[in-house]
Amino acid sequence: MDQRLLTGIEKSPRIQKLIDHLYEKMPQIEADRAELMTESFIKTEAEPTIIRKAKAFSNILKNIPITIRPLELIVGSATQAPRSCQTFPEFSFDWLESEFDTLETRSADPFYISDQTKARLKKANAYWLGKTTSELATEYMAPEARLAIEHNFFTPGNYFYNGVGHVTVDYGKVLNKGLAGIRLEAENELKSCKVTDDNFAKKSRFLEAVIISLDAVIEYALRYSVLANDLANKESDPTRKAELLQIAQNCKNVPLNPATSFYEACQSFWFIQLLIQMESSGHSISPGRFDQYMYPFYKKDIESGKITLEQAQELVDCVWVKLNDLSKVRDLASAEGFAGYSMFQNLICGGQNSDGVDVTNDVSYMCLEASMHVLLPAPSLSVRIWNLTPHEFMIKAAEVTRTGIGLPAYYNDEVIIPSLVSRGLTIEDARDYNIIGCVEPQKSGKTDGWHDAAFFNMLRPLEMVFSQGVDKGVQVGPKTQDVSSMTTFDELFDAYKKQSDYMVSLMVNADNAIDFAHMERAPLPFLSSMIDDCIKRGKSVQEGGAVYNFTGPQGFGVANMADGLWAIKKLVFEQKKYTLNDFKEAVENNFGEDMDSAMAQKLTAKVVLELHKNGVNTDKENILNIYNKVSSNPCSAQKKAFYKQMLDDIIAQDKFGNDLHDIDAFAREVAYVYTRELEKFNNPRGGKFHAGLYPVSANVPLGAQTGATPDGRLAYTPIADGVSPAAGRDVSGPTAAANSVSRLDHFIASNGTLYNMKFHPTALKGRSGLESFVSLVRGYFDQKGSHMQFNVVSRETLIDAQKHPENYKSLVVRVAGYSALFTTLSRSLQNDIINRTEQGGF
Amino acid sequence: MALDTKGRIFDIQKFSVHDGPGIRTIVFLKGCVLRCRWCCNPESQEYKIQQMSKNGKIKTVGRDVTVEEVLNEVEKDRIYFRRSGGGITLSGGESMCQPDFAVALLEEAHARGINTAIETTACVPWETVARFLPHLDTVLMDIKHMDSLKHKEFTTQPNELILENVKKIAHSGVKLIVRVPVIPTFNDTEQEIEAIARYAVSIGVKEMHLLPYHPFGVDKYKGLNREYSLHHIKTPTDEHMQILLQSALNTGIKAQIGG
Repeated sequence: MDQRLLTGIEKSPRIQKLIDHLYEKMPQIEADRAELMTESFIKTEAEPTIIRKAKAFSNILKNIPITIRPLELIVGSATQAPRSCQTFPEFSFDWLESEFDTLETRSADPFYISDQTKARLKKANAYWLGKTTSELATEYMAPEARLAIEHNFFTPGNYFYNGVGHVTVDYGKVLNKGLAGIRLEAENELKSCKVTDDNFAKKSRFLEAVIISLDAVIEYALRYSVLANDLANKESDPTRKAELLQIAQNCKNVPLNPATSFYEACQSFWFIQLLIQMESSGHSISPGRFDQYMYPFYKKDIESGKITLEQAQELVDCVWVKLNDLSKVRDLASAEGFAGYSMFQNLICGGQNSDGVDVTNDVSYMCLEASMHVLLPAPSLSVRIWNLTPHEFMIKAAEVTRTGIGLPAYYNDEVIIPSLVSRGLTIEDARDYNIIGCVEPQKSGKTDGWHDAAFFNMLRPLEMVFSQGVDKGVQVGPKTQDVSSMTTFDELFDAYKKQSDYMVSLMVNADNAIDFAHMERAPLPFLSSMIDDCIKRGKSVQEGGAVYNFTGPQGFGVANMADGLWAIKKLVFEQKKYTLNDFKEAVENNFGEDMDSAMAQKLTAKVVLELHKNGVNTDKENILNIYNKVSSNPCSAQKKAFYKQMLDDIIAQDKFGNDLHDIDAFAREVAYVYTRELEKFNNPRGGKFHAGLYPVSANVPLGAQTGATPDGRLAYTPIADGVSPAAGRDVSGPTAAANSVSRLDHFIASNGTLYNMKFHPTALKGRSGLESFVSLVRGYFDQKGSHMQFNVVSRETLIDAQKHPENYKSLVVRVAGYSALFTTLSRSLQNDIINRTEQGGF
Repeated sequence: MALDTKGRIFDIQKFSVHDGPGIRTIVFLKGCVLRCRWCCNPESQEYKIQQMSKNGKIKTVGRDVTVEEVLNEVEKDRIYFRRSGGGITLSGGESMCQPDFAVALLEEAHARGINTAIETTACVPWETVARFLPHLDTVLMDIKHMDSLKHKEFTTQPNELILENVKKIAHSGVKLIVRVPVIPTFNDTEQEIEAIARYAVSIGVKEMHLLPYHPFGVDKYKGLNREYSLHHIKTPTDEHMQILLQSALNTGIKAQIGG
C-alpha cells in the first residue's frame, strides 16, 4: 500500500471553497418538488398508485430547476440554494404550515422560507388533505395506540410524518450494469409475465412504474450534461471549461451505462444517492460499503495511471461535500430529536467480505482521510472492526476520532454478523452487512429494515407502575397492583413488565398501521428497482418486495431503569430504609427539587403566551414571578430534607457503568424486558420485529416529557443515551464503563446498540494515545460490545462554544448515531452533551 | 508470597495511560518518606487513615486491603492489558514504604502474567529496593534535583540515597525511566535539568520524562487543613518546557515531556 494513504493525502484547495460556499447562508425551503408532485397527481387520479408515483417522480425530474455550483466536480443538487430542502406533502404537511412562521427562528435546525414559498406550498399542500400516509396511518391505528402516543409512551413520529428511508440500495449494481441494465431486467421480467398470472395486474404495473422511474433518472442526468455543456461554452477559464466538459461527458454516460472510470463511478453513485432522497423524504439513505463497490474502479484507474492518488482523494472529498448538500425540514419535536440537519447517510468502510476475508482497501483509508479533510457531519462515517482488521487502519480511524468530529463510529463484526444470522440472514449476507442511519445493521440491496421505527421510553412504564396506569388523570396503561400492597421486589418487577409489555403491544399496533399506510399510499418504484427481490416479485419495497424485512423500534433508558429498580430493591426490600410509597411520593414531588431551569423557562413562556392571548400584559417582574412559581418546589422544608436524604441514599447505591457485576447483570435483565417481548411480533411485510437500544438524540426531548425516576434522575432532565451509563454515574473510568456496557446482551439488540463515550483530547495525544484508544475499543469489542462512538472535545471548549458560537461554527460533536455542528443544536441538547461523563487518561 | 498480605492504599485508578506502557491500573499506596512541597497527592503522605474534606463532604482517605482484593480489581481490566501491553503500576505515596505488601502484590501479578511497573523515589535502604526488582518490568523513578541541600529544602530529605539507588537500579538491567517533576523555583532552569540528564546518562539510563508542575492538588491541602507553600508558582509554559527538553536532549538521552 502507498504510504501516503497512511500519512494522509493533501487536501485540494477546491474542497474548502466548496465547503465555504455550502455554509455561506442559512438553508432554505423550496417549493418546486411539492408543486410538481401535486401537478402530476392531479392529472393521474384514475391510475394505480404505483404508476402515479412513477409519473410524479418523472414530472419532478423533468422540470425541477437544476444547478451546478461553483467549482463542483460531482454535480446534482436537490435545491437551488445550498444544503436546502424540498418538501414532501404526500406524507404530511399540516405541521409544516403551522410552523411556517417559526421555522427561521427556532433553536433546532432553523430554515429560511420566503413568503412566496409559503404561498406556493399552501396551494400545493391543499390537494393532499385526506390523502397523506400520515392520515391513513392514524385511521389504521387502534385508539389505545393513539392515546399512548399522545401520552408519550413511544414516538413513532419518524415514519408517521415522513417517508421511511433507512435503506441501502445495491449501488454496485448501478455502477456495474448501469440503469440501462436494471431497466432491461424489468423489461425482461415484464415480457415473462402472462396476462393470466394471478398477480399480473399489480406486477406489470409495478414493472412499468420501475421503467418510467429509471427513464426519468436517466433524463435528469442528461439535463445536467446539457447544463454543463452550456456553462462550458460560457466559461472563460480554460481549466474550469475543461472540467465542465468532462462533467457533461460523465452525465451523458452515467448512471445510464456502467461507469467506465472512478470519476464516473463517483458521479453515478451521487445521482442515485440524491434521487432516492428526491423520491421520498425518508432519511438515513445510507451509502453503505462505499469502499467496496468503488474499489474496482479505483484500482483500475490507479493501475492504468488514469488518475493519481491526489485526484482520487479529491473526488472522494467532493462526494463528501455533496452529501452535506442535502437537508430536510422536520417538525419542531422531530428536529429536536434528530438535531443537526442530519440526513444520517451512513457510510461504512473496512471489515470482511461475504467469504469472511478482510477487505479493508485503499479507498477505506481515503474515506477516513476525506472526513478529516471536510470536517463535516456527513457522511455518518463508520468503520467495521474485527479480529483481522489491520492495526494501521484502526490507528488511522483513531486519528479521525482525535479531530473531535465525532467520527467514525466503530462497529464490531464479531457481534453483528452472528446477530444478523440469528435473524435469518445467510452467513454470506450477514458478513456483507453495513450500517443504516445511526447504528442499525442490515444487508444492502436486500433489506427493508424499518429501522428507527419508534422511540420506546423504557422509563414511562415504571411511572405507570406507581400510578397504576394513570397518566394525567387518564387510565392509559393497565391497572396493576397498588405499590403500597406490594411485599416483594418480584411483584414490582412483574408490574413493570406488565406495563411495558402493554406499551410494546400498542407500539407494534402503531408501527404496523403506519406500515400499511406506506404500502398503500407510498410505494416507491425507483428505490425498489435497486432492492432485491422487488423486480422478480413484482412488488415494491413497501409491499414486501425485499428479501429481508424487519421492523426495529429502539428502546432507551436502560441505565436509568437498572439504577432505579436496583435502588428500590436495595433500599426498600433489603435495607427496608424506605417504602415504595416513599418512592412514589418522591418521584411525584421531584425529590423536593426545583424544576430544571430550561423546562421552567419553557413552561413560563407558555403561561405568558396564554396571558397575552387573554389580553393580560406582563412586565419583567410578572414574568420573574411566574418563573419562580413554576420552577420552585412547594414541598415543606421537612419533606425536602427527607427527599434530600433519600436522594443521597439512592446515589450511594451501586450504579450501572462501574464494572460492578451484580448491578450489570441486573441491567441485562432489565433490557430483556423490552428486547425479548418485542421479538414476538410480526410486521405486514412478512418480517419480524427486533429491538435496538439507542436514542438518536431523543433522550433529551423525551426526557423532557418524563417525570423524576427512582434512580434519582430529576423530572424533565435527559435520559441516559443508548446503552451508555446514566450521565455522570460512571465514575470509575472508561474501561470500567465499557466493561459494564458490554455485559448487556448486544446480540439480541440486532437493530443496534449505541454506546457514547466522551474523551478529552489529551487522552489521544501522540502515537501512544492512539494506541491506548485503539486498545480500549478492542477490549470492549473482545467482550462483545457492538458499537462505540466518541466525542473528543474538552468540557471547557463546549462551554465556550455555547458562549461564543461565532468562534465555533465548525465544531462537530457526536450527538448520538451521528454528528452535528455543535452550534446548530438546541441549548438543552448542548447541555446534555457537556454533561455526559468525560473520560480522560489519568 | 501470600494473597492475604495486607497493605494500606488510598485509591485504585484505571485506564492510566501515562505511567508505564499501555493501559494500566494504578494502585496508590499510602505513606511516603518525602514531603515534597508541590505534592499533588498530599493525602498520600501520612500512613495513617485520614479524613479529608472534598466539595464540602468528609471523605475517608485510606483503607486496608489484601493482595487478593487488589488483584481482583486489577484483573477486571486484564483484557485491556492484553490488547495494549499494559498492566499494574504501584504508586503512592511511596510503595517501598510497605515492602511486604507491595512485593507480594507485584510477585503475584507477575505470576499471573500481568505486566508490572512502579513509580518510586526509592528513598529506602537498598536491601528493600532489591526485593522489588525481580518482580518489576518497568521502574519509573524520580530524580528531582542533583543538589542535595536544595532537595532537602523542598522534599525534607537529602538525595544521596536516591542517587545511589538509581545507579544500582540502572545497573540491575531492569527497564528504567527517570522522571523529573519540573517545579518552578525548584528545578526549572536549563542547568538543573541538564545536570539531572547528565547524571542519568552517566549511570546508563536511556529514557527521561519531564513532568510539568500542575496545581491540581492545591484544594486537597485545604481539605486536610494544611498550608500549601507554593501558591506563587504556575505551570511552566509550553515554550519553557521545550527549552528544558532541549537541554535534556543535549546530553544524548531520549527525553520527552509528559509520561
